[in-house]
Amino acid sequence: MIEEIGTTEQGDLIINVGPQHPATHGVLHLVITLNGETIKKIEPHLGYIHRSIEKMCESLTYRQFIYTTSRMDYLSSHINNHGCALLVEKGLQIEVPPRAQVIRILMDELTRIASHILWWGAMAMDLGAMTPYFHAFRERELINDIMEETCGARLTMNYQVPGGVMADIHPNFQRRVKDIIKQLYKKLPEYDELVTGNTIFKARTQGIGYLSKEDAISYGVTGPSARASGVSCDIRKLYPYEGYEKLNFQEVMHTGCDTYSRYLVRMIEIRESISILEQLVDNIPEGDYQAKTKAVLKLPKGEFYTRVETARGELGVYVVSEGGTTPYRIKFRSPGFSNLCALDHMTRGQKIGDMVAIMGSLDLVIPDIDR
Amino acid sequence: MTNEELITELTTIQPNLVPEAGGEWPNFFVEAADWPKLAQALRFKDDLFFDYLFCLTCVDWKTHLAMVYHLSSTRHRHNIVIKSKLNREKPEIQTVCDIWRTAEFHEREVYELFGVNFLNHPDLRKLILPDDWVGYPLRKDYEDPINMIKL
Repeated sequence: MIEEIGTTEQGDLIINVGPQHPATHGVLHLVITLNGETIKKIEPHLGYIHRSIEKMCESLTYRQFIYTTSRMDYLSSHINNHGCALLVEKGLQIEVPPRAQVIRILMDELTRIASHILWWGAMAMDLGAMTPYFHAFRERELINDIMEETCGARLTMNYQVPGGVMADIHPNFQRRVKDIIKQLYKKLPEYDELVTGNTIFKARTQGIGYLSKEDAISYGVTGPSARASGVSCDIRKLYPYEGYEKLNFQEVMHTGCDTYSRYLVRMIEIRESISILEQLVDNIPEGDYQAKTKAVLKLPKGEFYTRVETARGELGVYVVSEGGTTPYRIKFRSPGFSNLCALDHMTRGQKIGDMVAIMGSLDLVIPDIDR
Repeated sequence: MTNEELITELTTIQPNLVPEAGGEWPNFFVEAADWPKLAQALRFKDDLFFDYLFCLTCVDWKTHLAMVYHLSSTRHRHNIVIKSKLNREKPEIQTVCDIWRTAEFHEREVYELFGVNFLNHPDLRKLILPDDWVGYPLRKDYEDPINMIKL
Protein backbone atom coordinates (compact mmCIF):
# COMPACT_ATOMS: atom_id res chain seq x y z
CA MET A 1 0.00 0.00 0.00
CA ILE A 2 3.08 2.22 0.22
CA GLU A 3 2.82 3.21 -3.45
CA GLU A 4 -0.42 5.00 -2.65
CA ILE A 5 1.47 7.77 -0.88
CA GLY A 6 2.23 10.66 -3.18
CA THR A 7 0.63 13.45 -5.10
CA THR A 8 -1.93 13.26 -7.88
CA GLU A 9 -1.79 15.10 -11.18
CA GLN A 10 -3.98 17.87 -9.77
CA GLY A 11 -1.48 18.41 -6.97
CA ASP A 12 -3.58 16.73 -4.28
CA LEU A 13 -1.77 14.91 -1.54
CA ILE A 14 -2.63 11.27 -0.84
CA ILE A 15 -2.01 10.04 2.68
CA ASN A 16 -2.72 6.78 4.48
CA VAL A 17 -4.27 6.62 7.92
CA GLY A 18 -3.92 3.19 9.41
CA PRO A 19 -4.11 0.21 9.32
CA GLN A 20 -2.29 0.78 12.60
CA HIS A 21 -3.40 4.14 13.91
CA PRO A 22 -4.79 5.03 17.34
CA ALA A 23 -7.64 7.09 15.88
CA THR A 24 -9.06 4.27 13.79
CA HIS A 25 -9.71 2.13 16.89
CA GLY A 26 -8.45 -0.97 15.19
CA VAL A 27 -7.09 -2.02 11.84
CA LEU A 28 -9.00 0.26 9.51
CA HIS A 29 -7.04 1.65 6.60
CA LEU A 30 -8.14 4.96 5.09
CA VAL A 31 -6.61 6.42 1.95
CA ILE A 32 -7.28 10.15 2.09
CA THR A 33 -6.98 12.59 -0.78
CA LEU A 34 -6.15 16.02 0.56
CA ASN A 35 -6.20 19.44 -0.99
CA GLY A 36 -4.15 21.43 1.49
CA GLU A 37 -5.89 20.54 4.74
CA THR A 38 -9.27 19.89 3.17
CA ILE A 39 -10.45 16.35 2.55
CA LYS A 40 -11.47 15.63 -1.03
CA LYS A 41 -12.09 11.94 -0.70
CA ILE A 42 -11.79 9.09 1.79
CA GLU A 43 -11.43 5.56 0.59
CA PRO A 44 -11.61 2.83 3.23
CA HIS A 45 -9.60 -0.33 2.66
CA LEU A 46 -11.07 -3.14 4.73
CA GLY A 47 -10.35 -6.75 5.45
CA TYR A 48 -7.36 -6.71 7.77
CA ILE A 49 -9.30 -8.83 10.26
CA HIS A 50 -11.81 -10.38 7.91
CA ARG A 51 -12.49 -13.91 9.17
CA SER A 52 -15.44 -14.67 6.90
CA ILE A 53 -17.76 -15.40 9.78
CA GLU A 54 -20.57 -15.92 7.28
CA LYS A 55 -18.74 -18.80 5.60
CA MET A 56 -17.72 -20.23 8.96
CA CYS A 57 -21.32 -20.27 10.14
CA GLU A 58 -22.33 -22.43 7.19
CA SER A 59 -20.58 -25.35 8.86
CA LEU A 60 -21.66 -24.61 12.45
CA THR A 61 -24.87 -25.85 14.03
CA TYR A 62 -27.65 -23.56 15.23
CA ARG A 63 -26.32 -23.85 18.78
CA GLN A 64 -22.76 -23.00 17.79
CA PHE A 65 -23.09 -20.19 15.27
CA ILE A 66 -24.44 -17.78 17.90
CA TYR A 67 -21.03 -17.45 19.52
CA THR A 68 -19.12 -16.40 16.43
CA THR A 69 -21.08 -13.15 16.56
CA SER A 70 -19.48 -12.22 19.89
CA ARG A 71 -16.36 -11.63 17.85
CA MET A 72 -18.05 -9.21 15.49
CA ASP A 73 -18.95 -6.19 17.55
CA TYR A 74 -17.10 -7.18 20.70
CA LEU A 75 -18.47 -4.21 22.65
CA SER A 76 -22.05 -5.36 22.26
CA SER A 77 -21.41 -9.07 22.01
CA HIS A 78 -24.35 -9.93 24.24
CA ILE A 79 -26.77 -8.10 21.93
CA ASN A 80 -25.30 -9.82 18.86
CA ASN A 81 -25.84 -13.18 20.52
CA HIS A 82 -29.36 -12.06 21.36
CA GLY A 83 -30.17 -11.44 17.70
CA CYS A 84 -29.00 -14.91 16.70
CA ALA A 85 -30.80 -16.62 19.58
CA LEU A 86 -33.99 -14.77 18.60
CA LEU A 87 -33.64 -16.06 15.06
CA VAL A 88 -33.42 -19.69 16.16
CA GLU A 89 -36.37 -19.18 18.50
CA LYS A 90 -38.38 -17.60 15.70
CA GLY A 91 -37.63 -20.47 13.35
CA LEU A 92 -38.49 -23.18 15.86
CA GLN A 93 -41.21 -21.21 17.66
CA ILE A 94 -39.60 -21.63 21.04
CA GLU A 95 -41.32 -19.75 23.86
CA VAL A 96 -38.76 -18.03 26.06
CA PRO A 97 -39.61 -18.00 29.79
CA PRO A 98 -40.32 -14.53 31.24
CA ARG A 99 -37.37 -14.77 33.61
CA ALA A 100 -34.97 -15.35 30.72
CA GLN A 101 -36.48 -12.43 28.82
CA VAL A 102 -35.91 -10.02 31.68
CA ILE A 103 -32.36 -11.29 32.27
CA ARG A 104 -31.65 -10.81 28.57
CA ILE A 105 -32.91 -7.21 28.56
CA LEU A 106 -30.95 -6.40 31.72
CA MET A 107 -27.78 -7.77 30.14
CA ASP A 108 -28.47 -5.97 26.86
CA GLU A 109 -28.83 -2.65 28.61
CA LEU A 110 -25.75 -3.20 30.76
CA THR A 111 -23.85 -3.96 27.55
CA ARG A 112 -25.20 -0.81 25.93
CA ILE A 113 -24.17 1.34 28.89
CA ALA A 114 -20.69 -0.20 28.95
CA SER A 115 -20.31 0.34 25.21
CA HIS A 116 -21.49 3.94 25.29
CA ILE A 117 -19.29 4.75 28.27
CA LEU A 118 -16.23 3.31 26.56
CA TRP A 119 -17.14 5.27 23.44
CA TRP A 120 -17.38 8.43 25.52
CA GLY A 121 -13.85 7.93 26.83
CA ALA A 122 -12.45 7.01 23.42
CA MET A 123 -14.16 9.93 21.71
CA ALA A 124 -12.71 12.40 24.18
CA MET A 125 -9.30 10.81 23.77
CA ASP A 126 -9.53 11.14 20.00
CA LEU A 127 -9.92 14.85 20.55
CA GLY A 128 -6.95 15.03 22.86
CA ALA A 129 -8.50 14.70 26.33
CA MET A 130 -6.81 11.89 28.24
CA THR A 131 -8.63 12.02 31.60
CA PRO A 132 -12.13 10.93 30.46
CA TYR A 133 -10.71 7.62 29.28
CA PHE A 134 -9.75 6.66 32.82
CA HIS A 135 -13.10 7.79 34.19
CA ALA A 136 -14.85 5.70 31.56
CA PHE A 137 -12.84 2.59 32.33
CA ARG A 138 -13.58 2.88 36.05
CA GLU A 139 -17.34 2.51 35.48
CA ARG A 140 -16.96 0.02 32.67
CA GLU A 141 -14.90 -2.28 34.90
CA LEU A 142 -17.81 -2.46 37.34
CA ILE A 143 -20.16 -3.56 34.57
CA ASN A 144 -17.63 -6.10 33.35
CA ASP A 145 -17.44 -7.46 36.90
CA ILE A 146 -21.19 -8.10 36.83
CA MET A 147 -20.79 -9.90 33.51
CA GLU A 148 -17.91 -11.95 34.84
CA GLU A 149 -19.85 -13.05 37.90
CA THR A 150 -22.97 -14.14 36.04
CA CYS A 151 -21.73 -15.15 32.56
CA GLY A 152 -18.20 -16.23 33.41
CA ALA A 153 -16.60 -13.87 30.91
CA ARG A 154 -15.99 -10.16 30.71
CA LEU A 155 -16.14 -9.35 27.03
CA THR A 156 -17.37 -12.22 24.87
CA MET A 157 -20.08 -13.36 27.22
CA ASN A 158 -21.65 -16.18 25.15
CA TYR A 159 -24.48 -16.21 27.66
CA GLN A 160 -27.38 -16.71 25.25
CA VAL A 161 -28.66 -20.10 24.19
CA PRO A 162 -31.70 -20.80 22.00
CA GLY A 163 -34.59 -20.72 24.47
CA GLY A 164 -33.11 -18.57 27.19
CA VAL A 165 -29.81 -17.97 28.92
CA MET A 166 -27.08 -20.44 29.76
CA ALA A 167 -27.21 -20.18 33.57
CA ASP A 168 -29.22 -18.40 36.22
CA ILE A 169 -28.04 -15.02 37.48
CA HIS A 170 -25.54 -14.89 40.33
CA PRO A 171 -27.07 -14.19 43.79
CA ASN A 172 -25.14 -10.89 43.88
CA PHE A 173 -26.50 -9.76 40.52
CA GLN A 174 -29.33 -7.52 41.69
CA ARG A 175 -27.26 -5.84 44.39
CA ARG A 176 -24.45 -5.19 41.95
CA VAL A 177 -26.77 -3.71 39.33
CA LYS A 178 -28.24 -1.37 41.94
CA ASP A 179 -24.71 -0.36 42.92
CA ILE A 180 -23.80 0.48 39.35
CA ILE A 181 -27.00 2.51 38.92
CA LYS A 182 -26.11 4.50 42.04
CA GLN A 183 -22.53 4.94 40.85
CA LEU A 184 -23.62 6.12 37.39
CA TYR A 185 -26.04 8.68 38.82
CA LYS A 186 -23.16 10.08 40.83
CA LYS A 187 -20.62 10.05 37.99
CA LEU A 188 -22.66 11.05 34.93
CA PRO A 189 -22.84 14.72 36.00
CA GLU A 190 -19.05 14.54 36.29
CA TYR A 191 -18.88 13.25 32.71
CA ASP A 192 -20.96 16.19 31.57
CA GLU A 193 -18.81 18.62 33.50
CA LEU A 194 -15.64 17.18 31.97
CA VAL A 195 -16.68 16.94 28.34
CA THR A 196 -20.28 17.88 27.45
CA GLY A 197 -20.05 21.53 28.40
CA ASN A 198 -16.39 21.90 27.57
CA THR A 199 -15.79 24.85 25.25
CA ILE A 200 -12.94 23.23 23.34
CA PHE A 201 -14.95 20.04 22.85
CA LYS A 202 -17.95 22.02 21.61
CA ALA A 203 -15.83 24.06 19.22
CA ARG A 204 -14.38 20.90 17.73
CA THR A 205 -17.67 19.04 17.32
CA GLN A 206 -20.49 21.54 16.71
CA GLY A 207 -21.33 21.95 13.04
CA ILE A 208 -18.78 19.29 12.05
CA GLY A 209 -19.66 16.20 10.01
CA TYR A 210 -23.15 17.17 8.88
CA LEU A 211 -25.36 14.22 7.91
CA SER A 212 -28.87 15.10 6.78
CA LYS A 213 -31.87 12.91 7.50
CA GLU A 214 -32.28 11.83 3.85
CA ASP A 215 -28.60 10.99 3.53
CA ALA A 216 -28.62 9.01 6.78
CA ILE A 217 -31.46 6.83 5.46
CA SER A 218 -29.96 6.50 2.00
CA TYR A 219 -26.57 5.46 3.38
CA GLY A 220 -28.24 2.97 5.70
CA VAL A 221 -26.89 4.63 8.84
CA THR A 222 -28.64 3.35 11.97
CA GLY A 223 -28.35 3.59 15.72
CA PRO A 224 -27.44 6.73 17.66
CA SER A 225 -25.63 8.13 14.61
CA ALA A 226 -28.87 8.17 12.60
CA ARG A 227 -31.07 9.26 15.49
CA ALA A 228 -28.89 12.37 15.84
CA SER A 229 -30.08 13.23 12.31
CA GLY A 230 -33.71 12.84 13.31
CA VAL A 231 -34.26 9.35 11.85
CA SER A 232 -36.51 7.23 14.00
CA CYS A 233 -34.78 3.85 13.78
CA ASP A 234 -34.73 2.30 17.25
CA ILE A 235 -35.59 -1.37 16.67
CA ARG A 236 -36.59 -1.68 20.32
CA LYS A 237 -39.44 0.75 19.60
CA LEU A 238 -40.27 -0.04 15.96
CA TYR A 239 -40.13 -3.83 16.01
CA PRO A 240 -40.13 -4.67 19.73
CA TYR A 241 -38.66 -7.98 20.78
CA GLU A 242 -38.32 -9.73 24.13
CA GLY A 243 -40.86 -7.50 25.87
CA TYR A 244 -39.33 -4.10 25.17
CA GLU A 245 -42.86 -2.93 24.34
CA LYS A 246 -43.84 -3.22 28.01
CA LEU A 247 -41.07 -0.93 29.18
CA ASN A 248 -41.21 2.78 29.61
CA PHE A 249 -38.34 4.45 27.76
CA GLN A 250 -37.82 7.14 25.16
CA GLU A 251 -36.31 6.84 21.73
CA VAL A 252 -33.62 9.49 21.96
CA MET A 253 -33.72 11.78 18.95
CA HIS A 254 -31.89 14.92 17.98
CA THR A 255 -32.07 17.15 14.94
CA GLY A 256 -28.63 18.73 15.07
CA CYS A 257 -27.22 16.28 12.49
CA ASP A 258 -23.63 17.08 13.55
CA THR A 259 -20.94 15.38 15.62
CA TYR A 260 -22.07 17.09 18.81
CA SER A 261 -25.67 15.80 18.42
CA ARG A 262 -24.37 12.27 17.97
CA TYR A 263 -22.47 12.77 21.20
CA LEU A 264 -25.56 14.06 23.00
CA VAL A 265 -27.77 11.21 21.78
CA ARG A 266 -25.41 8.62 23.24
CA MET A 267 -25.15 10.46 26.54
CA ILE A 268 -28.95 10.54 26.89
CA GLU A 269 -29.19 6.91 25.80
CA ILE A 270 -27.05 5.93 28.78
CA ARG A 271 -29.67 7.52 31.03
CA GLU A 272 -32.53 5.78 29.19
CA SER A 273 -30.77 2.45 29.64
CA ILE A 274 -30.36 3.15 33.34
CA SER A 275 -34.09 3.79 33.56
CA ILE A 276 -34.77 0.40 31.93
CA LEU A 277 -32.44 -1.25 34.44
CA GLU A 278 -34.31 0.45 37.29
CA GLN A 279 -37.67 -0.78 36.00
CA LEU A 280 -36.52 -4.38 35.78
CA VAL A 281 -33.92 -5.04 38.42
CA ASP A 282 -36.45 -5.59 41.22
CA ASN A 283 -39.01 -7.25 38.96
CA ILE A 284 -37.21 -10.33 37.71
CA PRO A 285 -39.96 -12.98 37.56
CA GLU A 286 -39.41 -16.34 39.19
CA GLY A 287 -39.26 -19.44 37.06
CA ASP A 288 -37.05 -21.14 34.52
CA TYR A 289 -34.17 -19.35 32.90
CA GLN A 290 -34.21 -21.63 29.88
CA ALA A 291 -36.93 -23.28 27.81
CA LYS A 292 -36.66 -26.98 27.18
CA THR A 293 -35.29 -27.54 23.68
CA LYS A 294 -34.23 -30.54 21.66
CA ALA A 295 -30.57 -31.48 21.71
CA VAL A 296 -30.28 -31.17 17.93
CA LEU A 297 -31.94 -28.10 16.44
CA LYS A 298 -33.15 -28.15 12.85
CA LEU A 299 -34.67 -25.01 11.39
CA PRO A 300 -37.51 -25.63 8.92
CA LYS A 301 -36.84 -24.92 5.25
CA GLY A 302 -37.23 -21.25 4.52
CA GLU A 303 -35.81 -17.83 5.21
CA PHE A 304 -35.63 -16.02 8.50
CA TYR A 305 -34.68 -12.48 9.39
CA THR A 306 -34.38 -10.89 12.80
CA ARG A 307 -33.13 -7.51 13.83
CA VAL A 308 -31.96 -6.16 17.14
CA GLU A 309 -30.72 -2.78 18.30
CA THR A 310 -27.07 -3.01 19.28
CA ALA A 311 -25.12 -0.14 20.77
CA ARG A 312 -24.13 0.86 17.22
CA GLY A 313 -27.39 0.36 15.37
CA GLU A 314 -29.42 -2.26 13.67
CA LEU A 315 -27.98 -5.76 13.48
CA GLY A 316 -29.83 -7.95 11.01
CA VAL A 317 -29.42 -11.71 10.91
CA TYR A 318 -30.58 -13.34 7.68
CA VAL A 319 -30.61 -17.12 7.50
CA VAL A 320 -31.54 -19.31 4.56
CA SER A 321 -32.31 -22.80 5.80
CA GLU A 322 -32.57 -25.99 3.81
CA GLY A 323 -34.00 -27.87 6.80
CA GLY A 324 -30.67 -29.19 8.02
CA THR A 325 -28.73 -28.72 11.23
CA THR A 326 -26.55 -25.96 9.77
CA PRO A 327 -27.58 -22.78 7.94
CA TYR A 328 -27.36 -22.91 4.13
CA ARG A 329 -26.44 -19.25 3.95
CA ILE A 330 -26.16 -16.67 6.65
CA LYS A 331 -25.72 -12.93 6.34
CA PHE A 332 -25.04 -10.47 9.12
CA ARG A 333 -26.15 -6.98 8.31
CA SER A 334 -23.75 -5.30 10.66
CA PRO A 335 -24.37 -1.71 11.75
CA GLY A 336 -20.69 -0.76 11.53
CA PHE A 337 -20.37 -1.63 7.85
CA SER A 338 -23.38 0.46 6.86
CA ASN A 339 -22.34 3.36 9.07
CA LEU A 340 -18.93 3.36 7.42
CA CYS A 341 -20.62 3.88 4.02
CA ALA A 342 -21.44 7.44 5.07
CA LEU A 343 -17.91 8.36 6.22
CA ASP A 344 -16.73 9.59 2.82
CA HIS A 345 -19.86 11.72 2.36
CA MET A 346 -19.62 13.24 5.85
CA THR A 347 -15.94 14.16 5.68
CA ARG A 348 -15.81 15.73 2.21
CA GLY A 349 -14.86 19.36 2.45
CA GLN A 350 -13.95 19.08 6.13
CA LYS A 351 -10.50 19.58 7.62
CA ILE A 352 -8.24 16.58 8.19
CA GLY A 353 -8.22 17.28 11.95
CA ASP A 354 -12.01 17.01 12.08
CA MET A 355 -11.95 13.63 10.37
CA VAL A 356 -10.96 12.03 13.67
CA ALA A 357 -13.90 13.64 15.46
CA ILE A 358 -16.35 12.57 12.76
CA MET A 359 -15.06 9.02 12.72
CA GLY A 360 -15.19 8.89 16.50
CA SER A 361 -18.80 10.03 16.49
CA LEU A 362 -19.78 7.14 14.18
CA ASP A 363 -18.49 4.73 16.83
CA LEU A 364 -16.89 2.29 14.42
CA VAL A 365 -15.80 -1.10 15.71
CA ILE A 366 -13.58 -2.69 13.08
CA PRO A 367 -14.32 -6.42 13.58
CA ASP A 368 -17.96 -5.48 13.09
CA ILE A 369 -17.14 -3.92 9.71
CA ASP A 370 -14.91 -6.73 8.48
CA ARG A 371 -16.83 -9.70 9.95
CA MET B 1 -49.62 -0.76 3.41
CA THR B 2 -50.44 -4.27 4.44
CA ASN B 3 -48.70 -7.21 2.80
CA GLU B 4 -51.75 -7.99 0.61
CA GLU B 5 -51.98 -4.40 -0.62
CA LEU B 6 -48.27 -4.41 -1.40
CA ILE B 7 -48.61 -7.57 -3.48
CA THR B 8 -51.48 -6.11 -5.53
CA GLU B 9 -49.71 -2.77 -5.97
CA LEU B 10 -46.47 -4.35 -7.12
CA THR B 11 -48.05 -6.76 -9.55
CA THR B 12 -49.80 -3.79 -11.20
CA ILE B 13 -46.52 -1.95 -11.62
CA GLN B 14 -44.62 -4.97 -12.89
CA PRO B 15 -46.98 -7.68 -14.15
CA ASN B 16 -44.32 -10.36 -14.63
CA LEU B 17 -43.27 -10.36 -10.96
CA VAL B 18 -43.37 -13.81 -9.39
CA PRO B 19 -44.51 -13.71 -5.76
CA GLU B 20 -43.07 -16.34 -3.44
CA ALA B 21 -45.07 -17.71 -0.53
CA GLY B 22 -43.74 -17.96 3.01
CA GLY B 23 -41.55 -15.57 4.92
CA GLU B 24 -42.60 -12.73 7.09
CA TRP B 25 -42.60 -10.10 4.32
CA PRO B 26 -43.79 -10.24 0.69
CA ASN B 27 -41.19 -11.90 -1.53
CA PHE B 28 -40.89 -11.27 -5.26
CA PHE B 29 -38.70 -12.58 -8.01
CA VAL B 30 -37.83 -10.04 -10.66
CA GLU B 31 -35.99 -10.46 -13.95
CA ALA B 32 -32.56 -8.82 -13.77
CA ALA B 33 -33.43 -6.68 -16.81
CA ASP B 34 -36.56 -5.28 -15.10
CA TRP B 35 -34.85 -4.51 -11.82
CA PRO B 36 -33.74 -0.87 -12.48
CA LYS B 37 -37.25 0.19 -13.48
CA LEU B 38 -38.82 -1.57 -10.50
CA ALA B 39 -36.21 -0.10 -8.12
CA GLN B 40 -37.04 3.41 -9.34
CA ALA B 41 -40.74 2.80 -8.73
CA LEU B 42 -40.17 1.30 -5.29
CA ARG B 43 -38.06 4.21 -4.17
CA PHE B 44 -39.91 7.18 -5.67
CA LYS B 45 -43.60 6.23 -5.75
CA ASP B 46 -45.26 8.06 -2.88
CA ASP B 47 -47.38 5.22 -1.57
CA LEU B 48 -44.46 2.75 -1.67
CA PHE B 49 -41.53 4.99 -0.70
CA PHE B 50 -38.96 2.28 0.08
CA ASP B 51 -36.15 4.62 1.05
CA TYR B 52 -34.14 2.29 3.26
CA LEU B 53 -32.22 -0.66 1.82
CA PHE B 54 -31.38 -2.51 4.99
CA CYS B 55 -29.84 -5.66 3.63
CA LEU B 56 -28.29 -6.52 0.30
CA THR B 57 -26.84 -9.93 -0.22
CA CYS B 58 -26.58 -12.91 -2.52
CA VAL B 59 -27.24 -16.64 -2.14
CA ASP B 60 -25.53 -19.35 -4.15
CA TRP B 61 -28.08 -22.02 -5.08
CA LYS B 62 -25.49 -24.10 -7.00
CA THR B 63 -27.60 -23.91 -10.19
CA HIS B 64 -27.90 -20.12 -10.09
CA LEU B 65 -27.16 -17.11 -7.89
CA ALA B 66 -29.95 -15.11 -6.28
CA MET B 67 -29.59 -11.46 -5.32
CA VAL B 68 -31.66 -10.55 -2.26
CA TYR B 69 -32.67 -6.97 -1.50
CA HIS B 70 -34.44 -6.22 1.79
CA LEU B 71 -36.23 -2.90 1.59
CA SER B 72 -38.07 -0.88 4.18
CA SER B 73 -39.92 2.40 4.23
CA THR B 74 -39.21 4.84 7.02
CA ARG B 75 -42.44 6.69 6.21
CA HIS B 76 -44.95 3.84 5.85
CA ARG B 77 -43.08 1.24 7.90
CA HIS B 78 -43.60 -1.61 5.48
CA ASN B 79 -40.99 -4.09 4.34
CA ILE B 80 -40.44 -6.06 1.19
CA VAL B 81 -37.94 -8.56 -0.20
CA ILE B 82 -36.95 -8.51 -3.87
CA LYS B 83 -34.94 -11.34 -5.36
CA SER B 84 -33.41 -11.82 -8.73
CA LYS B 85 -32.04 -15.01 -10.22
CA LEU B 86 -28.73 -14.62 -12.01
CA ASN B 87 -26.83 -16.87 -14.35
CA ARG B 88 -24.01 -18.53 -12.41
CA GLU B 89 -21.55 -18.38 -15.30
CA LYS B 90 -22.07 -14.71 -16.12
CA PRO B 91 -23.94 -13.02 -13.26
CA GLU B 92 -24.84 -9.45 -14.17
CA ILE B 93 -27.33 -7.00 -12.72
CA GLN B 94 -27.76 -3.24 -12.81
CA THR B 95 -26.41 -1.36 -9.79
CA VAL B 96 -28.79 0.45 -7.44
CA CYS B 97 -26.23 2.63 -5.69
CA ASP B 98 -27.61 5.74 -7.37
CA ILE B 99 -30.97 5.03 -5.68
CA TRP B 100 -29.81 3.72 -2.30
CA ARG B 101 -26.28 4.92 -1.68
CA THR B 102 -25.56 2.26 0.93
CA ALA B 103 -25.57 -0.21 -1.97
CA GLU B 104 -22.19 1.02 -3.17
CA PHE B 105 -20.23 -0.82 -0.47
CA HIS B 106 -22.62 -3.74 -0.19
CA GLU B 107 -22.42 -4.38 -3.92
CA ARG B 108 -18.64 -4.27 -3.80
CA GLU B 109 -18.78 -6.90 -1.07
CA VAL B 110 -21.07 -9.14 -3.13
CA TYR B 111 -18.88 -8.54 -6.19
CA GLU B 112 -15.77 -9.96 -4.55
CA LEU B 113 -17.39 -12.73 -2.52
CA PHE B 114 -19.83 -14.02 -5.19
CA GLY B 115 -18.48 -12.59 -8.43
CA VAL B 116 -21.64 -10.71 -9.38
CA ASN B 117 -20.91 -7.98 -11.89
CA PHE B 118 -22.85 -4.80 -11.12
CA LEU B 119 -23.33 -2.81 -14.30
CA ASN B 120 -22.72 0.95 -14.11
CA HIS B 121 -21.31 0.75 -10.60
CA PRO B 122 -19.04 3.81 -10.15
CA ASP B 123 -16.20 2.01 -8.41
CA LEU B 124 -16.41 -1.77 -8.64
CA ARG B 125 -13.21 -3.02 -6.99
CA LYS B 126 -12.38 -5.50 -4.24
CA LEU B 127 -13.19 -4.11 -0.82
CA ILE B 128 -12.28 -6.75 1.75
CA LEU B 129 -10.06 -9.25 -0.09
CA PRO B 130 -6.58 -8.49 -1.46
CA ASP B 131 -6.53 -7.33 -5.07
CA ASP B 132 -4.90 -10.53 -6.35
CA TRP B 133 -7.39 -12.93 -4.73
CA VAL B 134 -8.59 -15.72 -7.01
CA GLY B 135 -12.08 -17.20 -6.69
CA TYR B 136 -15.30 -16.20 -4.95
CA PRO B 137 -15.16 -17.41 -1.32
CA LEU B 138 -18.86 -17.45 -0.49
CA ARG B 139 -19.78 -19.62 -3.47
CA LYS B 140 -20.56 -23.17 -2.49
CA ASP B 141 -17.93 -24.78 -4.72
CA TYR B 142 -15.07 -22.59 -3.49
CA GLU B 143 -12.07 -24.58 -2.35
CA ASP B 144 -9.03 -23.27 -0.53
CA PRO B 145 -6.88 -26.21 0.61
CA ILE B 146 -4.60 -24.05 2.76
CA ASN B 147 -6.80 -21.63 4.63
CA MET B 148 -10.14 -23.38 4.81
CA ILE B 149 -11.01 -25.55 7.79
CA LYS B 150 -13.71 -28.07 6.99
CA LEU B 151 -15.83 -29.30 9.86
